[in-house]
Amino acid sequence: MMELINPLLLAVILINFYTLGSARLVACIRVVAIQGALLALLPLLSHGMTFHAMLLAAEAFCFKGVVIPWLLLRAIRRVRIRREMEPIVGFVPTLILGVLTTVGAFLFADLLPLAPEHHDGMFVPTALATMFSGFLLLITRRKAITQILGYLMLENGIFIFAVLLSAAMPVMVEAGILLDLLVGVFVMGIVVNQISREFSTINTERLTALKE
Amino acid sequence: MIIRLILHLALLLLFAPMLNGIIIKTKALFGGRIGAPLLQSYYDLARLWRKGFVFSRTTTWVFLAGPVVGLTVPLLASLLIPFGALPAPISFEGDLILFVYLFALSRFFTVASALDTGSSFEGMGAAREVTFSCLAEPTLLFVLLVLARLSDGLSLDTLLGSHLLTAWHSDAGASLGLILVCLFLVLLVENSRIPFDDPNTHLELTMIHEVMVLDHSGPALGMILYGAALKMMVMGALLVRLAFPWQTGWWLSDALMFLAGLAGLAVLIGVVESIMARLRLPRVPQVLVGTMLLSIFALVLVLR
Repeated sequence: MMELINPLLLAVILINFYTLGSARLVACIRVVAIQGALLALLPLLSHGMTFHAMLLAAEAFCFKGVVIPWLLLRAIRRVRIRREMEPIVGFVPTLILGVLTTVGAFLFADLLPLAPEHHDGMFVPTALATMFSGFLLLITRRKAITQILGYLMLENGIFIFAVLLSAAMPVMVEAGILLDLLVGVFVMGIVVNQISREFSTINTERLTALKE
Repeated sequence: MIIRLILHLALLLLFAPMLNGIIIKTKALFGGRIGAPLLQSYYDLARLWRKGFVFSRTTTWVFLAGPVVGLTVPLLASLLIPFGALPAPISFEGDLILFVYLFALSRFFTVASALDTGSSFEGMGAAREVTFSCLAEPTLLFVLLVLARLSDGLSLDTLLGSHLLTAWHSDAGASLGLILVCLFLVLLVENSRIPFDDPNTHLELTMIHEVMVLDHSGPALGMILYGAALKMMVMGALLVRLAFPWQTGWWLSDALMFLAGLAGLAVLIGVVESIMARLRLPRVPQVLVGTMLLSIFALVLVLR
């Protein structure tokens, strides 16, 4: 079981790169859904078939892999957009930044004072890299949908950390985070609809100007 | 030594055009046709060789130097690289740099001979070829760096030695998988295959590699086609050795396994060409930069 973890984490990192470099929103949502589903396997692989791990896996699969992507796909269908047209930073520069931060995460993780059993694995660097990629997505894109994807990716990164500590972390905390995220996605979905109804676009930059 | 050299060159010279035949056959099968016979590339080469040279009066010796260098460079490069488990006839420390830049030399002469004709289309194709190859070159070097890190030497023979089999099963397996993908993409770019370039296109505006050789005819075109086939086999040898690092110990079975690996690679290229459309030109540099970043990431994975 343990030897499957590294390829899985590698796939997670590759999905980060794909999302940073791709303009197609539907494809981005799908791969982030796949990322969530892959992460759902992680607690089972690293802790075995305990009740706690199975609970974590089930809720991660339901929320990250199915419910939230489904909500996003529905929102996209309603506002009829397919592509992120003009990101604040271009796709290739974002991809380069993403790889640089990933490399940085790998170097940085070696310097962290971790517990000895976590020191060699790919868990901590992958978690950091996924969080940084989520941040990058949040910063560099204009569309609200892509920004939600950034949040989702950020949460995926936190989840990888949580798996590392899941023996110590109560289920309630993880459930709380997921619930927050779900509510966030709901609110964002409503906001997306409102923005598109008001301005006939879903670029968030229109929200910075106030008027009577 | 001499026998190994002869075996190496015989394998290369005899089987290189077959790869193109396998690709064409695979594409034909995907299209529901029977397709040209497997040996069609050999017939084409023989036909071209029987024709006479035709040179425009505006061209100079550079025009002929392109095809000649394009044919000799893959021959030289093939001596540095092991064919499957058969060791390379010539090997020294640092020959991987020579291997990469031999191909740059042949590209320089192809581009020079294209510019020598003074045709604007050929100049355009030359510019594209140079742009794409300078984006593909760092990927190839990073891939070789990963391999150099995993072995203890800087010659291609040790880089592609028998330690690859154990490396696949260790932690470095993930990096090897990544660089295998990178290497495949570099192979497609360097040999101007579909997603990046279409070898069968008939519109000069969309051509990349083919537009540079429009003015060559007869034996010169034959040399270019044969050189391209040799180049594909030499670069394929790198990929095949990386993907199938087994060895049996007997030269004949090793050679057969190598040829089977190459045939599999040709089928794979044919499948890719059948199921993918060509990328738009502005997308090509993006994909190549992405490939380079992947190879850098693979290097970081083996460095930590």
